[in-house]
Amino acid sequence: MAQSDDLIIAGRRFKSRLFLGTGKFSSGASLEQAIHSSETEVVTVALRRVDLSSTEDDILTKIDRERILLLPNTSGARDAEEAVRLARLSRELGGGDWVKLEVTPDPVYLLPDPIETLKAAKILVKEGFNVLPYINADPILCKHLEEAGCATVMPLGSPIGTNQGIRTLANLEIIIEQSNIPVVVDAGLGLPSHAAQAMELGADAVLVNTAIAIAKDPAKIAYAFKLATEAGRISRLYSNSGISTSKKASASSPLTGFLEEESRNVHGVI
Amino acid sequence: MYTELFDKISFSEAKEKVLSKSKIDIESSLHSSYSGKPLNFEEYLSLLHPLADSYLEEMAERALNWTKKRFGNTISLYMPMYLSNECRSSCVYCGFSFENKIPRKTLNESEIRAESEVLYSKGIRHLLILTGEDYSITNLEYLRSAVRILKSYFDSISIEIYPMDQEKYEILIGEGVEGLVVYQETYDPETYSKYHLRGMKKNMRYRLDAPDRGGLAGFRRIGVGALLGLSDPYGEMFRLGEHAHYLSKKYWRTTIQISLPRMRPAEGEFDKTIFVSDREYVRFLFALRLFLPDSGLVQSTRESIHMRNHLAGMPITHMSVESRTDPGGYSGGEELKQFEIEDSRKIEEFTEMLRKKGLDPVFKDFDRAFLQVPDRIV
Repeated sequence: MAQSDDLIIAGRRFKSRLFLGTGKFSSGASLEQAIHSSETEVVTVALRRVDLSSTEDDILTKIDRERILLLPNTSGARDAEEAVRLARLSRELGGGDWVKLEVTPDPVYLLPDPIETLKAAKILVKEGFNVLPYINADPILCKHLEEAGCATVMPLGSPIGTNQGIRTLANLEIIIEQSNIPVVVDAGLGLPSHAAQAMELGADAVLVNTAIAIAKDPAKIAYAFKLATEAGRISRLYSNSGISTSKKASASSPLTGFLEEESRNVHGVI
Repeated sequence: MYTELFDKISFSEAKEKVLSKSKIDIESSLHSSYSGKPLNFEEYLSLLHPLADSYLEEMAERALNWTKKRFGNTISLYMPMYLSNECRSSCVYCGFSFENKIPRKTLNESEIRAESEVLYSKGIRHLLILTGEDYSITNLEYLRSAVRILKSYFDSISIEIYPMDQEKYEILIGEGVEGLVVYQETYDPETYSKYHLRGMKKNMRYRLDAPDRGGLAGFRRIGVGALLGLSDPYGEMFRLGEHAHYLSKKYWRTTIQISLPRMRPAEGEFDKTIFVSDREYVRFLFALRLFLPDSGLVQSTRESIHMRNHLAGMPITHMSVESRTDPGGYSGGEELKQFEIEDSRKIEEFTEMLRKKGLDPVFKDFDRAFLQVPDRIV
């Protein structure tokens, strides 16, 4: 892929458009292999799951932080206050200025709370964080988050962990069309073809966790997601996406025939 | 600000970008237009190319389809009210130019009321107020007083006046102004400096960023446009599409409207008009519709009856009617018009034409209640 097609988020350049979540892997080794074969450059970790102050944390030791962006997330936070507290803690412990903002008060479906997410995003942006909020596929919320200064929006394709693929198609299309910041489709992508579809729609990147982590061979599936993400991106850039059938003009020119009707044509002539 | 985008490519490069498109690009763009999604910018540029003329009927069909999908069978009507023809700028193509020795007039309060009553009695509820570029005579205080009178008659008031700072726009919004119209005239810097000799209007970049300042101030509608005939039309259409698209992406609460006036005869001796044929003009409009399906496309009475009758609803969505371009013209003032109009039909005749075409003329599509301004007094 040409250099000019790199993904840029908050000034940082990424070649890979596949983000990897770290929950649900069977082992640190399995995660490590998936990171390697996916060639991901963004790995998100739950702040509640890792010990940022430790140099021996099982997940953190698998991430080459020279090459890969460690993206701490606030999963488990039930409101803005909790999420902000987690993010600040992360920074204090050397987690950096990047945060994937997750506010999910509902423990069953883990659906994001739009009001608390926006509230937390405004606070964190003011405090200098690069905020990547996980949200429902709500186009208006995306615009509010963009105005608040978020680095991306991360709308869900379908509820987290469900592997249902893209069930929010109509709204994702609007979000992608309207957004001035990168759109990362997050949650619900169960198959590489789902990732390809998201990229064909025009998403800037996808985040996958469960589908890779619980696969029979996570490394192989991580590789398949890498290829699918790239294929979708290439398709988006170089094919006529979404083409249906073409329809030729009728010979009688019923809609533009009026241009022949009047020989008088003085407009614009002084 | 739009100027950041504007600086990335020169006017001549923009023109060349359009003219470098091939037949394959055009066919590919048309193919994309069947996807059910708006064209992207490159596809839009392809359809501006002269070779796209061979596909005009197909473009018309798609444009009609989008217009119906987004606007239904409606045409929003508005009328302009010229508050003043005082102008301190010298624009060589404009009848109001400071250089032209014409009688000057600025409406006083009772004249504004007289004009308003005529327009109100015609059923008009959407008003566009215009002035020349005289920052002292038609200053902020004058405009505020005018709007205070006008808002007791009209539901929607838009301004097409000299560019202002964001703060002043905010004050006018607070008074009840809903929409802003700032036509760039020409996006070609060379032509711009050649045709705008003196006055505030000479500052091209201040004008270029005026829609941004309007967006930041919070106008609900912003209209942009290029006056076709001043410079190369391909460069103008590149810029206009780019500008409108940028604004619609950035100011997402604001509806962006586009106008594509062609040069008309006016007071003065300007004779450098670049001819834009009906066919080209229509092709440009279709391309805009396929690129920006949600943007209102505005057409004034500058165009002929023939063109207006056929373009209403395909792709035009907003039309002025029975316009006078002279201050006080509706209530019987002197002839001080800015330019000659072409379609002088009365509202009744015009709306009858629309209805015969199956289009619904819309006189009111906004309510003052949105703006929390006082109730109607008439």
